[in-house]
Amino acid sequence: MVLDKLISFFTSLKLTVVCLTLAMVLVFIGTIAQVDLGLYRVQHDYFQSFVVMWGPKHADWRIPVFPGGYLIGGLLLINLVAAHYKRFGFSRKKFGIILTHLGLILLLLGQLGTDKLARESSLHLREGETRNYSESDRRTELAVVETTDADSDKVVAIPDSALAAQSVVRSPALPFTIRVKRFLPNSALSSQAETGYEKSPATQGQGAGIWMREKPRVTKMDERDVPSAVLELDSGGQSLGTWLVSEFLNEPQKVTVGKRTFALSMRLRRYYKPFSLQLVEFRHDVYRGTDIPKNFSSLVRLRNPATGEDREVKIYMNNPLRYAGYTFYQASFDPDNKGSVLQVVHNPGWLTPYLACVLVGLGLTIQFLSHLIPFVKRRLAV
Amino acid sequence: MKKLLPWIPVVVAAAVVVASLVPPKEPGFHTREFGELPVLLNGRIQPLDSVARNALLQLRAKQTAPIKLHFSVFDPSKRGQLMDASTWLLELMAKPEVADTRKVFRVENQELADLLKLPAKDPEQGEDGMHYSYNQLKGQLDEIGRQAQRIDGIEAANRTPFERQVMKLQNALTLYQRLKLTLQPPMGEDLGAAVADFQKAAGPGVAAVQAKEAGQKYDEKAFNQFVEAFSGFNEMARFAYALVVPPAHPEVSRDAWVNVGTNVMATVRGEALSPAVSAYAGMISAYRQDRPEAFNQALHDYRQWLGERFKPELKKGEREAFYNLFQGFYKALVIYVLAFVLACVSWFNGSQLLRRASFHLIVLALVIHTASLIFRMVLEGRPPVTNLYSSAVFIGWAAAILGLVLERLYRDGLGAAMGSLVGFVTLVIAHNLALAGDTMEMLRAVLDTNFWLATHVVTVTLGYSATFVAGVLAIFYIIRGVFTTTLDAATGKSLTRMVYGIVCFATLFSFIGTVLGGIWADQSWGRFWGWDPKENGALLIVLWNAAILHARWGGWIRERGLMNMAIFGNIVTSFSWFGVNMLGVGLHSYGFMDAAFKYLVLFIATQVFLIGLGMLPDRYWKSFASRSPAAPPADPTSDAKAHPAPAGA
Repeated sequence: MVLDKLISFFTSLKLTVVCLTLAMVLVFIGTIAQVDLGLYRVQHDYFQSFVVMWGPKHADWRIPVFPGGYLIGGLLLINLVAAHYKRFGFSRKKFGIILTHLGLILLLLGQLGTDKLARESSLHLREGETRNYSESDRRTELAVVETTDADSDKVVAIPDSALAAQSVVRSPALPFTIRVKRFLPNSALSSQAETGYEKSPATQGQGAGIWMREKPRVTKMDERDVPSAVLELDSGGQSLGTWLVSEFLNEPQKVTVGKRTFALSMRLRRYYKPFSLQLVEFRHDVYRGTDIPKNFSSLVRLRNPATGEDREVKIYMNNPLRYAGYTFYQASFDPDNKGSVLQVVHNPGWLTPYLACVLVGLGLTIQFLSHLIPFVKRRLAV
Repeated sequence: MKKLLPWIPVVVAAAVVVASLVPPKEPGFHTREFGELPVLLNGRIQPLDSVARNALLQLRAKQTAPIKLHFSVFDPSKRGQLMDASTWLLELMAKPEVADTRKVFRVENQELADLLKLPAKDPEQGEDGMHYSYNQLKGQLDEIGRQAQRIDGIEAANRTPFERQVMKLQNALTLYQRLKLTLQPPMGEDLGAAVADFQKAAGPGVAAVQAKEAGQKYDEKAFNQFVEAFSGFNEMARFAYALVVPPAHPEVSRDAWVNVGTNVMATVRGEALSPAVSAYAGMISAYRQDRPEAFNQALHDYRQWLGERFKPELKKGEREAFYNLFQGFYKALVIYVLAFVLACVSWFNGSQLLRRASFHLIVLALVIHTASLIFRMVLEGRPPVTNLYSSAVFIGWAAAILGLVLERLYRDGLGAAMGSLVGFVTLVIAHNLALAGDTMEMLRAVLDTNFWLATHVVTVTLGYSATFVAGVLAIFYIIRGVFTTTLDAATGKSLTRMVYGIVCFATLFSFIGTVLGGIWADQSWGRFWGWDPKENGALLIVLWNAAILHARWGGWIRERGLMNMAIFGNIVTSFSWFGVNMLGVGLHSYGFMDAAFKYLVLFIATQVFLIGLGMLPDRYWKSFASRSPAAPPADPTSDAKAHPAPAGA
């Protein structure tokens, strides 16, 4: 009985209509909310969540007020699959509908996959500069670089999420443990005492004698958190002092353990690639007599030691470079037009929308024409 | 005879249109040919005629300039008199003292008119209380500038009507001055004489400047003369509006047009004075001295010179000037109105004659609409939709075609009325969007791809169009049902089938268009879906159309429910088309317009009202009250309830 009811609930067309309508309302309020919250926050809170939470601006409690994107999308997906399982046999008459729904399932799953698997980062190059890594747009890491050997640097990178979650970080490559005494997800530093700032507890390095402040996390698309952390380094039970690490401290801080030296720094998280790109030339042309951009393009030199590749590639608007599972897009540039920012996307599911588009397009066209043609014939015969 | 009757309106209209294709001869100054001369503005080659028209649109929302303001049609002495845009521009650049008396500035805000002490309406004095000449505003430039400086710091969306009008007037005045400086030295002297003076002063002047800089004795008179001549052309170089001088070396770059000031100043460095400057100087002098033959000769010689070196540019100028003169969209608009009226009347008297006449008129309007659309595409070298303006034109075009198809299938005046109404309304919208200036502006880098403009933009716009078509048909259903007795069971059934079929069509195109947009985004910035407002707007249309279809298949809605949902589709589409641009966020918000907001709100309010009407109980519907109570509204697709696959359209 209960099972029957469940089945009829999940296969019902009413559920489809309700979900579609809820989806509309969600998309609508999610669009309007962008005016205040910014795209990034809305995407996270409304579309990539199971429930939309709401609370007064400064209160610390929030209540669920609306189903989120994952919930509605998930229900639609179940509804779609269940309805086909129960009601649709394969028949020629329903071929169009089946193709359409198959395409939709692929699209929804593909987008879920993209949400979970895709990684975006950016690559900032000045003209002439070569890099073999891209940087995260908003996540940071603590880099501990062993500089003992002048010829090669060994890097241990600890993501900010690990600093936030763990109290002690150990690595076999390091002769000391890192105890996280405090983690500030977003922060500001000052060289002098100011209201709201507290004295840094650091006893070593640049962080000693300066002031720090914890700031609320940012929500806007074009801003990001700048975290800081207070760390105590401990080598074999002996303290190496308390250190303040932050992106605001430009120079890496030197730590010496016996004969080995290390450099500590907070920086944007890096993703290393087995190949490198060098910016040969960046161009930003405008239409004569206007400020309207005509094109942005980056001429880069791609070198891959593993394959021996060494060639020039031009990346410009609507013409990304796809290479080794990564796609490089022309995203931004330096104000002096001598540097370029490439958006680097790694998305294993990038082809799903293309396939889905073909399937749905075909399905709807077949379905549509199979009714339209006989109908038009009938009408014209009248 | 009766067979020929429906053809009469269309033949008359066609004759008028064809007659307008042959422009009248110009007895005096060949100003129309002057208007065809190519210049570079907004990054594209365009004729002076386009420069003039777009400028006048910004100054006074019309493509013509008044010689005499209009007060009455009945009294010939009070009738208005107009001059065409090219003549006005020529006058502005050649006889600024006359142009400054033309009332080309439109001030609609009473607060601003009072602040500037502008004369109120007074037909005896030739004042209409709305249009003013530069001379009337001249004394108030400081006040306007002072106000504008303050308002400049306020975000456009937060400005009051007064503040918006101040900025508009300030921009209009700047544009006016810059237009003048295109061919007119700042002190009002003759261009040819000024160029000659400059060249005479340049030799000794440069020597004097060099001597002064080196700290040696220098010729003070030569120095001062040169500085004076230089400052005039320097001002022209900095502020002239259009780049009228073609590149000296077209083989290097065909883009390197410059303005007169830049070219004249470059002669100091030993560069040649462009024949274009001499030619324009000749035309300007001749026009100032009222010598038509000399003007026409100079113009003819310059065109010949252009024809040898800049043939594509000259042709482009001629074609676009012809396009401007023809005003195809405006003509189509007028014919759509006629067709709409005829179709509506045919609903009431069931006249096949009127219905057919309406059908023929729409065909004619569509021919003109299509020709203009293609002409525009050729001029731009682009697919049909490149900005909001052209999307409006295209939506109307597609709706008119759908209207004709429906009319051909049903022959009941509904398709004709819908097609002509949407065609008319969207062309009115396009006309208003064109008031912002050049509608053929160059596309910024990310949009500069004919492939995606031709696929994504065209399909998604077809989706908009189809959703509006369904919505308008639904409005017909409700208005005829509630207010008239003409909605009989058969008409209701036809409308239901039409709306249902069009919603299927809309679902197809809006879905494909939206996904193609995602794919374009994936190609250009690596994100198939970014929840950007414009993307969301398109998604809303898809979701809503899908919701309508599923609600229908589930048997949740019948005739009236379908109609109400289709009308709601109008709201969704208008939000997606215009509303999201007003949010000012996201990657797609290229075209922000503040004035349109109130019309959008008004439109949504009317749609909500119509849905309210649609939900009235049967007894308030004149058509239902007149039907026999035993026969409830027929539901032609209700057989769909048994099996939820889509039933026939």
